[in-house]
Amino acid sequence: MAIDTAPRTTTQGRSPVPGQVTVRRSSAKVIWWQPALAFVAIIAVWYLIAGIFALQGRSFLWPAPHEVLIALVAEPTAAATIWPALLNSVLVAITGLAIAVVIGVTIAVLMAQARWIERSFFPYAVVLQCVPILAITPLIGAIVGYNFAGKVVVTVIISLFPIIANTLFGLLSADRAQRELFQLQRASRWTLLTKLQFPAAMPSFMLGLRTAAGLSVIGAVIGDQLMGQGSPGLGSAISVFSSRIQAPETWASLLVASAFGVAVFLLFGLLSRLAVGKWFDLG
Amino acid sequence: MTLTAHAPASTGTPSPDLLDFSGVTMRFDTGTVALEDVDLTVRRGEFVTVVGPSGCGKSTLLRIASGLETATAGTASVSTDRIGYVFQDATLLPWRTVQRNVELLAELNGQSSQERQGKAAAAIELVGLTGFESSLPKQLSGGMRMRTSLARSLTLDPELFLFDEPFGALDEITRERLNDELLRLFVEQQFAGLFITHSVSEAVYLSTRVVVMSGRPGHIVKTFDVPFPMPRDPDIRYSAEFGELVGEVSHALREGHR
Repeated sequence: MAIDTAPRTTTQGRSPVPGQVTVRRSSAKVIWWQPALAFVAIIAVWYLIAGIFALQGRSFLWPAPHEVLIALVAEPTAAATIWPALLNSVLVAITGLAIAVVIGVTIAVLMAQARWIERSFFPYAVVLQCVPILAITPLIGAIVGYNFAGKVVVTVIISLFPIIANTLFGLLSADRAQRELFQLQRASRWTLLTKLQFPAAMPSFMLGLRTAAGLSVIGAVIGDQLMGQGSPGLGSAISVFSSRIQAPETWASLLVASAFGVAVFLLFGLLSRLAVGKWFDLG
Repeated sequence: MTLTAHAPASTGTPSPDLLDFSGVTMRFDTGTVALEDVDLTVRRGEFVTVVGPSGCGKSTLLRIASGLETATAGTASVSTDRIGYVFQDATLLPWRTVQRNVELLAELNGQSSQERQGKAAAAIELVGLTGFESSLPKQLSGGMRMRTSLARSLTLDPELFLFDEPFGALDEITRERLNDELLRLFVEQQFAGLFITHSVSEAVYLSTRVVVMSGRPGHIVKTFDVPFPMPRDPDIRYSAEFGELVGEVSHALREGHR
């Protein structure tokens, strides 16, 4: 009698079929349309909400996207306020950031020289970050004036901490054996700093710079709102437009301020890539 | 205690002892005694390997020899200024290319860029990395990074070469190949070597003398002279005499660890 040696067929349905395997596509090339789609959705929701506000007769609270766009590019009086305001804010942000970098790097280098210096002064850097900027504005205004200088000081205070913290972390990131390699050649403190610690600190410093740059935009706008004098920036523009209940103009100023922040963030991301992307994996 | 590290070699007949430790003891502030009464000599033409269990203070020997640490008792004298030091990691600077990494020590010693470029090129050729001059460390394999590290020390033209378990993190095949290369360099460049490892067969294969250390506090248990001639045949690793010596060293290591 023949014995049936054919393979059992009970598992057939579960056996994997070649070609049926689904591969999740996550290629970077096709990702652009996702944010684009989200953008369309956001605009649609914006219109929807604007419509609801308009039906209630309160369109002054929530303008439609095209009204904001018109205020931005086609309305001479608004444009004449917003664009120069942007320029003034950019100036404050750049000046503040530059000063924060100089002060922050200097402090970090000093702290990196000895453990006791770091332990003595780092807590005060943390305190600086915790200072409620609104509360000390009158003090800053009284000392340096409620003008450009005052706005720059606000920007410096807001953007200083990430530079100190990240630079210090970077300077101390060179490992012990690398330091000893320099020590064996009797390298000076200066040589150690310039040939080992500064390059080693670059990735971390660039990260801090990127954070600080974003904060400098916030500092420039807030400082402008808090300090009444000097050339008006975006903060003043937002205050003035909203006090006059000019919704499209207010929103246009907000949009420009946000775009400024995003541009700075992207710019410094690019700078990081250029500075350390070759040897450091920025992720 | 006396310490005469880094006294330049006298201009007359060079002293045969490049490194001379006598009664060297190292007691850290924490109270740990890393080394106890160590006598060790490395002469010109010698390749001495120290084997011992982890944490027995082997690395401390090198740190004292190089001047990174000072012995708390005993005499540690090194009669040359040209000391090469190879760390456990390749310790390359990740932002520098192979060429610029190899140039580093000459650069720190204030040599002109022309001088150091020539030295680096020669050293890169010695370790077989020609063609990789402009690669960055992250583009290299572990073995190639260690070669770069070797080349960097070779630019000092060392008379005494200190190795702190340099091949411990590499795979067996790479490690054996680098052992062969190191022996070739030892014969060609005529430096004296002091090599730390926890691999007994590596110790026997590389050295003219093997020193066995005990666990903490580290002291020397036994010393073996390795009779095989230099340059060494790679196949000696599979000979009976080699195996026998490895066995004896391993035995001494186990005894010392008790």
